[in-house]
Amino acid sequence: MKRSVPLLITALGGFILIIAYFIPAAQGWGEVAAIWFDILASIAFILGGGNLIKIHLKKISDKSAGWAYSAITLAAFLITLIVGLGKVGINPNPKYPEYALSGHYREIGSPFWWLYEYAFKPLTATMFAMLAFYISSAAFRAFRAKNLEAILLLGTAFIILLGRTFTGVYLTAWLPDWMSGLKLENLTVVIMSVFNTAGNRGIMIGIALGVASTSLKVLLGVDRSYLGSGDD
Amino acid sequence: MYEFLKDLDKRWIFLLMFLSVTIPIYIIAKTGKSFPEVPSVLSEAVFQAVEDLDEGDPVLLSFDFDPASEGELGPMATAFVRHCAEKKVKMYFMALWPVGPQMIDDAIAKVIHSDFPTLVYGEDYVNLGFKPGNEGVIKVIVTDMRELYTTDDIGDNIDEIPMMKDIESVQDFDLLINISAGYAGTKEWVQYGSTPYPDKIKIVAGCTGVQAPLLYPYIPNQLSGLLGAIKGAAEYEKLVIDKYGGDDPDPKYLEAKRRMGPQLVAHLLIILLIILANYIYFVERRKEVSV
Repeated sequence: MKRSVPLLITALGGFILIIAYFIPAAQGWGEVAAIWFDILASIAFILGGGNLIKIHLKKISDKSAGWAYSAITLAAFLITLIVGLGKVGINPNPKYPEYALSGHYREIGSPFWWLYEYAFKPLTATMFAMLAFYISSAAFRAFRAKNLEAILLLGTAFIILLGRTFTGVYLTAWLPDWMSGLKLENLTVVIMSVFNTAGNRGIMIGIALGVASTSLKVLLGVDRSYLGSGDD
Repeated sequence: MYEFLKDLDKRWIFLLMFLSVTIPIYIIAKTGKSFPEVPSVLSEAVFQAVEDLDEGDPVLLSFDFDPASEGELGPMATAFVRHCAEKKVKMYFMALWPVGPQMIDDAIAKVIHSDFPTLVYGEDYVNLGFKPGNEGVIKVIVTDMRELYTTDDIGDNIDEIPMMKDIESVQDFDLLINISAGYAGTKEWVQYGSTPYPDKIKIVAGCTGVQAPLLYPYIPNQLSGLLGAIKGAAEYEKLVIDKYGGDDPDPKYLEAKRRMGPQLVAHLLIILLIILANYIYFVERRKEVSV
């Protein structure tokens, strides 16, 4: 029962979407299934939040390695949740002044806005910006012209790196018009729109075939790995 | 010197990268000068798609990114909103990412509130906010907006918003502008938007550098134009500024061009590091062979 019901739901949902895609008269079924999916996606936020609390509470209670980070994660999660859901410090909507919670959760100057503006925004921006440091270090340590493939990769990387900035234009500006195809900025376009596109299309078609095959296995109940390892 | 480079501590590389980004930022901020841009065919296609719109045409702008990628995509968002505002089209903002609404707020405050104060909320632009479900949202709204959007971002009934009167689904928009930092984003809009409805839904997009190569296969039939990373933003910014910027454009509309400076120096540093590392590699290999 524990496995049969999810299997049935999966098969039903999947086949309804396939039928709705190929048979115009059944298009409405697909829309209903998609709406159900969106409702479930909203509920998944609650499930995700509950799971996050469970995992980190366990880590804290077990005092396992890095439990202090779990405490910080939980504190940040709960503070943001309470401030956001409770609309702490937010003024009521002028249209409905009698309802205390009618105000907008992103009201400028509110505690939730403050958390976003001065905690979330700089932290996420910093995380992404760190990539530049790691990429430069990795480029120095790992990029070696060891064989023909690596040399081709290096050459392409140089053309793209130069062609995506004004350096590319500057370095090859002297080339005459009849050789304009060799200008770095034009070579970049050729690499991206010919070699990259051809390679990516091949990979995408391969992936699509793989996804179709895996999906059929899931819908037919052959592949049940997504249900976990629980027994009936 | 060779020994120092051979065992170069990564903290030196971090310091070099830090300097290669901060010094150009400082110099460009001080002098106000930036490198010239030559728009590519794809940027021109994006610009032309917006140019082809008539006054009052409905345009859906989906801001599917967060502050992490604001550095690349923020200037694009500013340029898109500016261009749409100049063209006097009706702007419908939405987001598939939870913090997308904050990105929309930023763009509206930066462009509409400060430079186009005559535009009226609900008549000229509306913020529909965030909906969870990723591609599930797209699948529903391509045929019926009201199944998911019953109110706008501030909770007003969608049927009381004048500019929503003629909108039933995404197919009613003359153009879909997507700014994407990953999943869910341009790929999903193409797969569930323009692919099933090629004659009804036209998409142009701006995306991060890492995403751009993955989106090229969809050009030009499923994706009419693409701005890749800050370079694409700078090219598009130039096209918008050349046409609508006037003699002394506001610096906020030149942000992408300014950010190309640090990118140039950082790229040169990476090339230099790769050359240096390969020089060391070949010297070491020669030593090993001779021993």
